[in-house]
Amino acid sequence: MARMRRSMMFVPGNNPGMLINAGIYGADTIIFCVEDAVSVYEKDAARQLVANAIRNIKYPCEVAVRINHISTPYGRDDLAVILPAKPDMIRLPKAETAADILDVDEIITAAEKKCGFEAGSIKMMAAIETCKGIMNAYEIASASPRMEALAIGGEDYLADLRTSRTTHGDEFLAARSQIVVAARAAGIQAIDTVYSDINNEEGFRNEITRIKELGFDGKSVINPRQIKIVHDVFAPTQKEIDHAERVLKAYEEALAKGSGVISLNGKMIDGPIVARAERALAYADALGMRKGAK
Amino acid sequence: MLNKAGREIPSVIPGLGEVKLYNGAFGTIPTGRMVGPKIALNKPRSEKLVKSIDQVIDAAGLKDGMTISFHHHFRNGDYVLNMVMEAIARKGIKDLTLAPSSLSNVHEAIIPYMDEGVITAVETSGARGKLGKYFTEGRLKKPVIIRSHGGRARAIECGELKIDVAFIGAPACDTYGNINGISGKSACGSMGYAIVDAEHADKVVAITDNLVPHPLFPISIPQTNVDFIVEVDSIGDPKGIASGALRISKDPRELKIAEYAAAVIEYSGQFKEGYSAQLGSGGASLAVAQFMKEKMIAEGITGSFGVGGITTPFVNMLEEGLFKMMYDVQDFDIPSIESIRKNANHIEMSASYYANPHNRGPIVNNLDFVILSATEVDVNFNVNVITDSNGVMMGASGGHCDTAAGAGVSIVVAPLLRGRLPMVLDKVQTIVTPGETVDVIVTERGVAVNPNRKDLIDNLKCANLPLMNIEDLQKIAYDLAGKPEDIPVTDEIVGVVEYRDGTIIDVIRKPV
Repeated sequence: MARMRRSMMFVPGNNPGMLINAGIYGADTIIFCVEDAVSVYEKDAARQLVANAIRNIKYPCEVAVRINHISTPYGRDDLAVILPAKPDMIRLPKAETAADILDVDEIITAAEKKCGFEAGSIKMMAAIETCKGIMNAYEIASASPRMEALAIGGEDYLADLRTSRTTHGDEFLAARSQIVVAARAAGIQAIDTVYSDINNEEGFRNEITRIKELGFDGKSVINPRQIKIVHDVFAPTQKEIDHAERVLKAYEEALAKGSGVISLNGKMIDGPIVARAERALAYADALGMRKGAK
Repeated sequence: MLNKAGREIPSVIPGLGEVKLYNGAFGTIPTGRMVGPKIALNKPRSEKLVKSIDQVIDAAGLKDGMTISFHHHFRNGDYVLNMVMEAIARKGIKDLTLAPSSLSNVHEAIIPYMDEGVITAVETSGARGKLGKYFTEGRLKKPVIIRSHGGRARAIECGELKIDVAFIGAPACDTYGNINGISGKSACGSMGYAIVDAEHADKVVAITDNLVPHPLFPISIPQTNVDFIVEVDSIGDPKGIASGALRISKDPRELKIAEYAAAVIEYSGQFKEGYSAQLGSGGASLAVAQFMKEKMIAEGITGSFGVGGITTPFVNMLEEGLFKMMYDVQDFDIPSIESIRKNANHIEMSASYYANPHNRGPIVNNLDFVILSATEVDVNFNVNVITDSNGVMMGASGGHCDTAAGAGVSIVVAPLLRGRLPMVLDKVQTIVTPGETVDVIVTERGVAVNPNRKDLIDNLKCANLPLMNIEDLQKIAYDLAGKPEDIPVTDEIVGVVEYRDGTIIDVIRKPV
């Protein structure tokens, strides 16, 4: 089953206190940012700090780094310093074409070889932040086997679209729909953009509910206080947990019996239904919702 | 000699003489009787009003070598202590023991009187800033005695702390000496700490900026305990006495700690209808209130009583019916003062009722839970709240060891790292609360349960908490920040930390 990425939390790469504590909040992924969160005067210090944090701190979750785009004067240097520390994932911002992904992939491949890391062990995700990128979403998503997720970079995209944020979120409809469909077609995950009004819990909750319904796997967050809310919304109900347990039980029994056709209460169970059940139970276990489970 | 907390304590301490060593949380059986003030004669229609502080010092018979006391309900807004000390110093009185229930930064103004020998000994709850530094430098003739709130009440009631004159700042006082803390421009709410002083001091002086006609009601300190009254322009700065409503922290790390602490309560086995709790007033401990409230509403549980140190989040739970009663020894913010004024279920209590281990039963004995903060803890669950990472006094004992000893489940909340410093050490610099009375230590990276509490360890297994033993918790901190070096200290003892029963649990040695 794919790794859970309900919450991907950005952490500024130039703040040692935040780097040390980034792992305690329960985010599925932390993304150390050396891009927009860091001024041009601190880029070099931030990439060193992030590399050393990854080397020395045991984080209990996936660790990604948002580098500067490789067409900027910083992107290649970011990769040169950070890849030898072996982050789990590189997040490329402002991805517009498959070529962007392939360029980064090539650099990672070289670094893996040089550092003696297993080939393909450093994953990638890309954030699409322009209309051109949205049009190329599937090519970007499927450009490399390293690609694990596609995200929207909201503010830049809205500027490119010549609109702005609303409370109802219709301005993102086209992009969100395109991202989810492209990601699914490429067999990878879709991650929604940040919600920056951190004190508006209700608005945040509504937005997560909406993107979950659209098919997103998770959301980027900018404050640890947002993590629990995301996980709450993605949590299955007790009814869903019970159903998922029955599905898996029926599936396992059928496998044991070598039965080709699996059914539960007269309904056919196929691959996607099993996968959905596994996902529901993974979410439940992550929240400790199942007594007696691992 | 080693005391039962494992600390090397000399049996005779210069300036204090022979001391009793800590012998376990309930290892000391008290003997003797409680003491009382001198018997007084007050004829009908006698006049208690005295024109000035200078005159009242004479009228009270204050002399060299005596002990004077103050209360700390005005916190950093207090004018009374400095005002009285200024007058005493002017009169040339020397060699006094100053025994306030606590000291705030505003009291730095009395340092010159210590240099001049007006004050040569201090017995209090703690000190910060310049005062803490002054005491730690050993500049007083005698070591400072640090007592908990319950321990101070005990010391007064059993005569170990004999107060000659108590000066009591009175937010409202009538012309025959009835006092309360809930009205007037300097209202502070509960007068809990001063009640004990007023009952036991040989002379009691009320200093008020709100003199009202007799009789005042309600009464916190009755006319039967008050000898003299002085009216002054102002006894305190309202801005320093109480803050606006204390709000729940938004610091994500404090919230994480609070979330874990609330889960400890929820799964402890004692979170049930009619439970009782004391919640702290700072950062993470205050934030626990919010999580508790959500759990109480979700599970339909109401508490029997809360204890404090009262703050707005606690008052809100009282008003919403989530707790039936609040027992209040001091108020931290304006809504709490409002509440004790208006709400009949919000009850003032004395420091003795709160926490004296040697009366017939303080309210801390009825507590199910207490949430406490810590400056540092160690692998034996001992807690330091008095000295900093340089060995300098910067905190106060407060009700820490009293509530830890009394509560069914005592929970200490602290960040595992403060800046670059690990907070779980091999040995805390100074023990204020012994590990045998601490049940759970909650940090942002892990929760450690005292191995003595097998019941809690079992109950918490299904709480989805990062449970680990305390050594593993320490290792996380040491792996990140390294092992801190010991603070080098001299042999000079500048402070003694009394446990609540009057034994010495630790001493503060002057750092090199």
